[in-house]
Amino acid sequence: MNQTEFKIDDLRRVLREAAGTPEEVDLEDDILDMEFEVLGYDSLALQETGSRVERVYGIELEDGAIVDARTPREFLSTVNMRLADLDAG
Amino acid sequence: MTGTVVVTGVGVTSPTGLGAADHWTATCQGRAAIDRVTRFDPERYPARLAGEVRGFVAEEHLPSRLIPQTDRMTRLALVAADWALADAGVSRGDLNEFDIGVVTASSSGGFEFGEGELRNLWSKGGQYVSAYQSYAWFYAVNTGQISIRHGLRGPSGVLVSDQAGGLDAIAQARRKIRKGAKLIVSGGVDASLCSWGWAALLTSGRLSVADDPDRAYLPFDARASGHVPGEGGALLILEDAASARERGVSGWYGEIAGYGATFDPRPGSDREPGLRNAVRLALRDARADPGEIDVVFADAAATPELDRAEAEAIAAVLGPRAVPVTAPKTMTGRLNSGAGPLDLVTALLAIRDGLVPPTANVAPDPGYPIDLVVGAPRRRAVRAALVLARGQGGFNSAVVVRAPEPGHARPPAVPAELADPP
Repeated sequence: MNQTEFKIDDLRRVLREAAGTPEEVDLEDDILDMEFEVLGYDSLALQETGSRVERVYGIELEDGAIVDARTPREFLSTVNMRLADLDAG
Repeated sequence: MTGTVVVTGVGVTSPTGLGAADHWTATCQGRAAIDRVTRFDPERYPARLAGEVRGFVAEEHLPSRLIPQTDRMTRLALVAADWALADAGVSRGDLNEFDIGVVTASSSGGFEFGEGELRNLWSKGGQYVSAYQSYAWFYAVNTGQISIRHGLRGPSGVLVSDQAGGLDAIAQARRKIRKGAKLIVSGGVDASLCSWGWAALLTSGRLSVADDPDRAYLPFDARASGHVPGEGGALLILEDAASARERGVSGWYGEIAGYGATFDPRPGSDREPGLRNAVRLALRDARADPGEIDVVFADAAATPELDRAEAEAIAAVLGPRAVPVTAPKTMTGRLNSGAGPLDLVTALLAIRDGLVPPTANVAPDPGYPIDLVVGAPRRRAVRAALVLARGQGGFNSAVVVRAPEPGHARPPAVPAELADPP
């Protein structure tokens, strides 16, 4: 079991800090499988979000892995895989 | 297409006011907005005064998504653009997105944003630099953000020629309209009142080091000793007159009738500076006789040499003391690329209301051959105005604006305080 897990509320918080709150959608809704494009976040917003996650959690995310994440679920999965690597290492 | 380019909307974010109405009221009252810098601690710098835009809360005007990715100058520009488009009654779908462009001027880009990210880079490391640094400090970022926000995909660009840039952008917008664009959002908003921007401004050697706001920026005054910088500016909606009529617009502020730009001879040359020729070119372009100009909005550099060059250029073309000259920028400080567009808006409001706003704080040096309006605004029918702007490095630009044809004027809105003199 991972000591640290990056959860949807963590992502909501970092998204807000990094790139602001979208007007069209309520981030508190069930957004796990909504596409970032629909949420109003572009690739630069994801890059800034990824960069903040890296800093806070002490992990490294490849640029491609972050920008390829189409939904919050995919983003969480990418981050949590790295966190698991960190725990294993 | 008629080739006639008219101004159908204006948006102002300036030290003298948020919105054209507040700006115009303060300007006519001669209410200067120059004060000690508050955006950073100016104590250790030789110059400590600026014209700041006070009370601007970006979050009240712009979506949250735009805040982390924008410098202050971009926020001020986005809001000015919103107001200008609303003033012109333009809404999405009125025109084809490829027929509307954005042409702004910039003198420094997003300095405050850049300063913060450079600080992050050197104090914390590269991973702390915002991804938005990739464009937030670009010269062209105001044009880009306005274009994205309103879905404007017509001819666009940015002009960089220091303080002359704002007028050069207006001229470029007019060119684009004459080549077929229907509407261009144009003008300039600059804001680099941060410690990095301040260090850059100081290199001009032209900043006033006075501490008394009423004695710091005194163009055409024997006490002139440099200028005070400011932030803000204006955006204007320029349209082909025929196209504006087609979309149902019946009244506008005026016409961008003429433009001239020159470059100064090399330093040390015995040839005269280029401003006089810029004025002549603008008049010729407007097919205007010198006698048609009812007011001049001066560049007002506030150094003896530059004030003399400007006064002599005005007197040489329009006649000594033949026409009122004013410098409302004594109330805002010099706004870099925002200066020319803000003066254009003020000139158009002077046309609308028949009122020439004063130059603040200045006791005119009688040695200059110009009739400088000081103290109170002067009532006078204004049919045509000449706006001048000079950029450091040799840029001279001049624009002539004309009153709308009869029946096409915007209704006057004289500030209540001035409508009924006590």
